[in-house]
Amino acid sequence: MNKLIKNAIWILIVVLGASAIGGIALNRGENINALWFITASLCVYAIAYRFYAAWIAATVLIVDDTRATPAERLDNGRDFVPTNKWVVFGHHFAAIAGPGPLVGPTLAAQFGYLPGTLWILFGAVLGGCVQDMVTLFLSTRRDAKSLGQMARDELGPLGGSAALIGTFAIMIILIAVLGLVVVNAMKHSPWATFTVSATIPIAILAGFYMRYFRPGQVLEASALGVILLLLSVAGGGFIDEHETMRIMFDHEGLILAWWVMAYGFAAAIFPVWLLLAPRDYLSTYMKLGTITLLAAAIIILQPDVKMPAITQFIDGTGPIFGGKLFPFAFITIACGAISGFHALIASGTTPKLLSNERDIRMIGYGGMLLESLVAIMAMIAATVLDPGVFFAINSSTGVVGVDAIDAAAKISSWGYPVTAGQMQNLARQMGEATLFARTGGAPSLAVGMASIFGSAFGEGLLALWYHFAIMFEAIFILTTLDAGTRVGRFMLQDMLGNIWPKMGETSWMPSVILTSAMVVSGWGYFLYIGVIDPNGGVNILWPLFGIANQMLAAIALCVATGILIKSGKLKYSWVTGIPLLWLVTITTTAAWQKIVSTDIRIGFFSAANDLTDKLAAGVLPPAKAAIAQKLIFNLHLDAWLTLFFVSLLWVIVFDMLRVCVRYLSGKPVPPLTESAHCPSRLVEDWVRD
Amino acid sequence: MLNKIKTFWRLVRRLSGDDAYEQYLKRYALHHQTDNGDDCQPPLSKADFFRQWQDEKWNGIKRCC
Repeated sequence: MNKLIKNAIWILIVVLGASAIGGIALNRGENINALWFITASLCVYAIAYRFYAAWIAATVLIVDDTRATPAERLDNGRDFVPTNKWVVFGHHFAAIAGPGPLVGPTLAAQFGYLPGTLWILFGAVLGGCVQDMVTLFLSTRRDAKSLGQMARDELGPLGGSAALIGTFAIMIILIAVLGLVVVNAMKHSPWATFTVSATIPIAILAGFYMRYFRPGQVLEASALGVILLLLSVAGGGFIDEHETMRIMFDHEGLILAWWVMAYGFAAAIFPVWLLLAPRDYLSTYMKLGTITLLAAAIIILQPDVKMPAITQFIDGTGPIFGGKLFPFAFITIACGAISGFHALIASGTTPKLLSNERDIRMIGYGGMLLESLVAIMAMIAATVLDPGVFFAINSSTGVVGVDAIDAAAKISSWGYPVTAGQMQNLARQMGEATLFARTGGAPSLAVGMASIFGSAFGEGLLALWYHFAIMFEAIFILTTLDAGTRVGRFMLQDMLGNIWPKMGETSWMPSVILTSAMVVSGWGYFLYIGVIDPNGGVNILWPLFGIANQMLAAIALCVATGILIKSGKLKYSWVTGIPLLWLVTITTTAAWQKIVSTDIRIGFFSAANDLTDKLAAGVLPPAKAAIAQKLIFNLHLDAWLTLFFVSLLWVIVFDMLRVCVRYLSGKPVPPLTESAHCPSRLVEDWVRD
Repeated sequence: MLNKIKTFWRLVRRLSGDDAYEQYLKRYALHHQTDNGDDCQPPLSKADFFRQWQDEKWNGIKRCC
């Protein structure tokens, strides 16, 4: 009887989920309630978690709850510590959820709500969650080794080097694009600039508090920091009204970009307690708090999604970034559907805390499901805006022109009516000078969130909500930026240490300064070019980031597929093999188009040639002619970089296939490095302590 | 209800590392009750422990996109 009820409930969930997906997929021409998106997501997640993830855990991976995990065997009370599963889940989720799932869906909304939503849902349950869970499992079985170490041990030195280079490259591109998102959000916005700047002294204050004033009182220091952050959001409003103060915080993008670089450099050489650790606390609380608030607001308010299911821009003519739905929707939304970066957290970091293998499904698969839900909410926040407003905020001046009236006319001519007056009014409500061409995704997400929060919790505070949303995005973008610069520095020191051992000493100041400067100039260059690019830069950098991130995911899936086959589980290798095949297909297609396409909005070389011709013919406006050489050089560089990424991907795919073919034909391969079974003696003592 | 709030508060403290020193002392007591050799060091002070803990925790890839 009990079983009957259970079955009935699952049948109900299937029917509900299918109707919700059917509803959002088949809806045409009418507004659709955002609650349908949440319903569809929750049903898909529940079914996938209950059946697919459970099947993978039990049948493919064969998790063994009697087996001691590295956290138990190597427990040293410091980094290896068996930890309650909810605490591990919290750490894991806080580590994987960054700004990626907020920005990607916002940009991909130019294709309409449907393609992005379906990719976020099915990409996550069949790809991203599987990648995270399998990587977590494999690393747990290998003494919490990192992805790079596993690639080296299981595939060979080639795979190991590819993983290392891939990680470093993705870090550089990621930081550049995130820096650009923050710069675009602060450009000529004294309020946003003040609030974002204020996060730095606030973090330092919290850092001193928990290090020296009240050592170890983490929650007190964080509470103080959060209160000050909220005050700084309100304080920005006063700055914005003040005649002389507002000039101090009103800057061009380029000046802000230099400041962001200086900040990144300082953060990489300062001790962690001063800036990185306290900022990380604040950003984690803001992130979790705001996402919860957004979920609550969507459920209370049930806003209508106004974007059509599919727009005409699936043909590749989109104003936010060029390129057809296939493959670019799948490149644009990386985090939220599948993100290679997660494999770095799921290997090495999280396994050191895992107390029992049976929690792998909840932490690996479940953690990514929650991130996917964050991406769905970002998609909702972007698509509840009037499409005209959405395109006005996100289309660069290079596409719609500088003049507001012309821009509004152009966007309206696409079939998404908007007027200059409407935009002016919206900008005034949000406390901004203008909202035209505020590319990068953060401002449109903030407008979306502000309108949701405003309707749910009081309309009068729109400007406050808008800048709260900007601060929320900026604070954890800056956390990723300084943590990433620091990691890049360590990786570089490690590599240079092979040549000159002194450089490998992480506390030797000349090495610290040199390597930090090298990492900052790496991403700083791309940030600089992104800022001076009249097309907004995001349209170039984001696809590059997507390709790099998907490449890293493909590396992780290669390692996983190789290990599955070497473990004699050929018949289950499709579990990671199919997502891998899909990633290789989209990444290669996207890279191919970025390199050879004759459309100047897609192909790097054709854009460079077009610019060269125009420069020679003297038809460029003087402002653009002055930077044309730099833009041409950068386009060539981007093309070569794309080629490099895709070659790296194919090298590792072939390396994996080589190992598998050798294994299947009975030839020697690198042996499995799984550590021996050791019975667990741990009792779950969480409830008692 | 009160128990649930207490459990939640404990979870928050554990997640944030607010109780890291208490955990350290507990672990210290557990591991040092059996050995009575001369190499046994007294536990670190809260400030010293926190310093070590914090420097270690933010080393390596801890944040993602």
